[in-house]
Amino acid sequence: MTATAVKTDYEAIIGLETHCQLNTASKIFCNCSTDFDSPPNTNVCPVCLGYPGVLPVLNEEVLAAAVKLGLAINGQIAPYSKFDRKQYFYPDLPKNYQISQFDLPIVEHGSLEIELVDKKTKEITRKTIGITRLHMEEDAGKLVHAGSDRLAGSTHSLVDFNRTGVPLLEIVSEPDLRTGQEAAEYAQSLRQLVRYLGISDGNMQEGSLRCDVNISVRPVGQKEFGTKVEIKNMNSFSAIQKAIEYEIERQIKAIADGEEIYQETRLWEEGSQRTISMRKKEGSSDYRYFPEPDLPPLEVSEQQKQTWFATLPELPSAKRARYEQKLGLSAYDARVLTEDRDVALYFEEAVNAGADPKAVANWVTQDIAAYLNNNRLTISGLALKPSALAELIDLITKGTISGKIAKDILPELLEKGGSPQKIIEARGLVQISDPDELTAIIQAVIADHPKELEKFRSGKGNMQGFFVGQVMKRTGGKADPKLTNQLIGKLLAQA
Amino acid sequence: MSLIRALHQQLIDQEISAVAVAQASLARIEAVDDRLKSFLQVTAPQAIAQAEKVDAQIAAGEPIGLLAGIPIGIKDNLCTKGIVTTCASQILRGFVPPYESTVTEKLQKAGAVMVGKTNLDEFAMGSSTENSGYQVTANPWDLTRVPGGSSGGSAAAVAADECLIALGSDTGGSIRQPASLCGVVGMKPTYGLVSRFGLVAYASSLDQIGPFARRVEDAAILLQAIAGHDSRDSTSLDVPIPDYTQALKPDLKGVKVGVIMDAFGEGLDDTVNEAVQTAIAKLRELGATIEEIHCPRFRSGIAAYYVIAPSEASANLARYDAVRYGLRAEADNLMEMYTHTRAKGFGAEVKRRIMLGTYALSAGYYDAYYLKAQKVRTLIKQDFDQAFTKVDVLVCPTAPTTAFKAGEKTDDPLSMYLSDLMTIPVNLAGLPAMSVPCGFDDNNLPIGLQLVGNVLGEEMLFRVGYAYEQATTWHDRQPDLSA
Repeated sequence: MTATAVKTDYEAIIGLETHCQLNTASKIFCNCSTDFDSPPNTNVCPVCLGYPGVLPVLNEEVLAAAVKLGLAINGQIAPYSKFDRKQYFYPDLPKNYQISQFDLPIVEHGSLEIELVDKKTKEITRKTIGITRLHMEEDAGKLVHAGSDRLAGSTHSLVDFNRTGVPLLEIVSEPDLRTGQEAAEYAQSLRQLVRYLGISDGNMQEGSLRCDVNISVRPVGQKEFGTKVEIKNMNSFSAIQKAIEYEIERQIKAIADGEEIYQETRLWEEGSQRTISMRKKEGSSDYRYFPEPDLPPLEVSEQQKQTWFATLPELPSAKRARYEQKLGLSAYDARVLTEDRDVALYFEEAVNAGADPKAVANWVTQDIAAYLNNNRLTISGLALKPSALAELIDLITKGTISGKIAKDILPELLEKGGSPQKIIEARGLVQISDPDELTAIIQAVIADHPKELEKFRSGKGNMQGFFVGQVMKRTGGKADPKLTNQLIGKLLAQA
Repeated sequence: MSLIRALHQQLIDQEISAVAVAQASLARIEAVDDRLKSFLQVTAPQAIAQAEKVDAQIAAGEPIGLLAGIPIGIKDNLCTKGIVTTCASQILRGFVPPYESTVTEKLQKAGAVMVGKTNLDEFAMGSSTENSGYQVTANPWDLTRVPGGSSGGSAAAVAADECLIALGSDTGGSIRQPASLCGVVGMKPTYGLVSRFGLVAYASSLDQIGPFARRVEDAAILLQAIAGHDSRDSTSLDVPIPDYTQALKPDLKGVKVGVIMDAFGEGLDDTVNEAVQTAIAKLRELGATIEEIHCPRFRSGIAAYYVIAPSEASANLARYDAVRYGLRAEADNLMEMYTHTRAKGFGAEVKRRIMLGTYALSAGYYDAYYLKAQKVRTLIKQDFDQAFTKVDVLVCPTAPTTAFKAGEKTDDPLSMYLSDLMTIPVNLAGLPAMSVPCGFDDNNLPIGLQLVGNVLGEEMLFRVGYAYEQATTWHDRQPDLSA
């Protein structure tokens, strides 16, 4: 049995649990700063250190962020929700319980549309992934182990409580994902959404977005799920994809070889590009959840919900649909333009300034994107303003400059900004499109090249191209290419 | 008359200085506390400094509040900034909070003079103050008997005049039961009326801070000073606080009193029963109408309580893990650090309740214990709601017996738990209640009458308690500690 044959006989069932760190200025239950660059144990207070007698007070911004994300995934916002205590002993958890949400999360029954791009054809297919629930909770601190990278085997451990109490949203997907690509795309879409909403920076490297994967495989056609394995420790989207692809192959091979799949937690090892077993799960952990008596239940009124709903920006899927249907862009361009909200807003501002959407899309996704990428810049820091890009496109459309001239002055615009109109005026780059002026230049070029004229007359080679080139050279590229071609054809025939 | 008002008058008339008042309180502690052991810590320097401030205000002709210069004892589960706070637990030996509880902060601003931190059952778990990790407090009326608990130190200190007033906390009766056993007024406010910020948590959904005093009016004055919304406690009620002393009237005309019939029966001492019946007759004499009330689930309170309170406690006490503060026992690894520290730092009753709570919340048991107990709690609350559609205030004994002998029940937790039979349902329902002295038994041990009010019914409680007090003389008796 070949590997490919095996693969087509099995399907993977994948669900993601995502922890998203919110970008609120203060922690979820106290006033401490959430800044993660601070020296260890400087953003702490009796509340987040779990001192005796202190009480949590909910940061309302966290509830607002949870409800906004809930609305953005078309979830049901619970009119009545509550916090619970999740109990386990660990030195980075000061109270030895985490304030989280158990049976009444703030959001349930949401969904997220993902797009799958065919690498070759750039064709896009869409799939809706169910989101089981979304809830609020506090983050734990960080342990630094001496003498080992894990608690086991270390001589001693240091605890940094700066992260303790930083607000998190936990988002649990339905087991609707089937491939590594889908899972990575789902995670990216989620990140895109929290960035659009401005509630998180969604940075995977820095741990603001952490994804745990639950995965099992089963023979196609089988109804029961296979044994579920959890994978942790992936800090990029490609790592998610690769870890899943590795794990699918590992599980299929194990089953094919008659081995048992254990319910366990595995770690993705970036170095060796494989998953390794971390710990076997013996039944499910007993966290002894019970309702948090220090916090009253949460009641979100319809009116409050509507108020938050009104603050939502246009979301990626709505933007993509509008770009395709109203602005006539391809699905692919719409996807690329909406990936980053700042890019989308840049695009829209240029279009609103009167430029042709397709032309703006080309400039933004090609030359500008390349420039930003090469210089590691973001579009918000770009010197070329959207109005100036619209002006540049307008100059080309009107025939004031050629596309070539536009590309020539682009580097200056990208680096220093300013008005394209002024730059071409200052550099004398206005296109020569006056027929009389061009005729005179062409006639002079013909007169200067008698040998080439002979060749043209004898019908050898593409001599018209030669003359066009000479005209361009003489005018420094300013000659209107279309008109030049027309006139040269006519004048050569007459000469 | 209000003892606070009398002392206040003397202070503003400059017949006595606040420093002299503080010194008298400290001297009394010095004289009797080696026998009573009410205080875990006496804060003499801080008391004198605070009294000096009050004297300076009086000398400058500035107005002072009723509590300015009044000596007060503070239960040692209330955090006091810079002053050791132990909850009578070895696990918090030497713990100095870097923050002040909301109630003590309010009292400081009001000029009250804290003379010390009073003893309690470790983490407020107990009914006799014998569970303290440091010392056993004696009942001022009979030193061989317990003062009740868990706020036994505060109750004994007020009864013995070591301080004029005190603060306690009440989770299942921890203010009212010791008030009853020590012959003083003890009051548990409506849940949420007083901020819990800085109160070391035992069972968060039940804990309330309240006053001890020798007069009902003094309890009202002290509650006035500590009640009110606090943004640091999300469960604190945002309601206007009335002037409680305005509610005090000498008669009870038009007041409907309900007698909780379910509280009378098995386990109730005859002398306690007689004293309470006599007190009820007195209320009728004062103009109240008396009605029998049935709260069918009243006696289920104790079972529900001993699931809910330990469940919450098992989580609340998980933080004592030797990582950040408090005791740290010798250990070779993390698990040993946890287990050795907690084995050494917690007393037997605390361990028992942590285990009870851990068990009740465990997978497979949650529905049968915790959830069921919460349902019972709701039913008990419904019984009270129903009762208050008919009456303004409910009465019953505060405790089934008078003070028992030290050591008598320490080996029998269930019998100890039963001493809170009358008080526990009130905490489960979140209602206000007060114990006022209503007699003495043959051994000259005090008996308490429990008054239970509707939600935010503090004014009615004070009115009934005050009228009863005005018509009786029990509060005039004081224990003799001259020997």
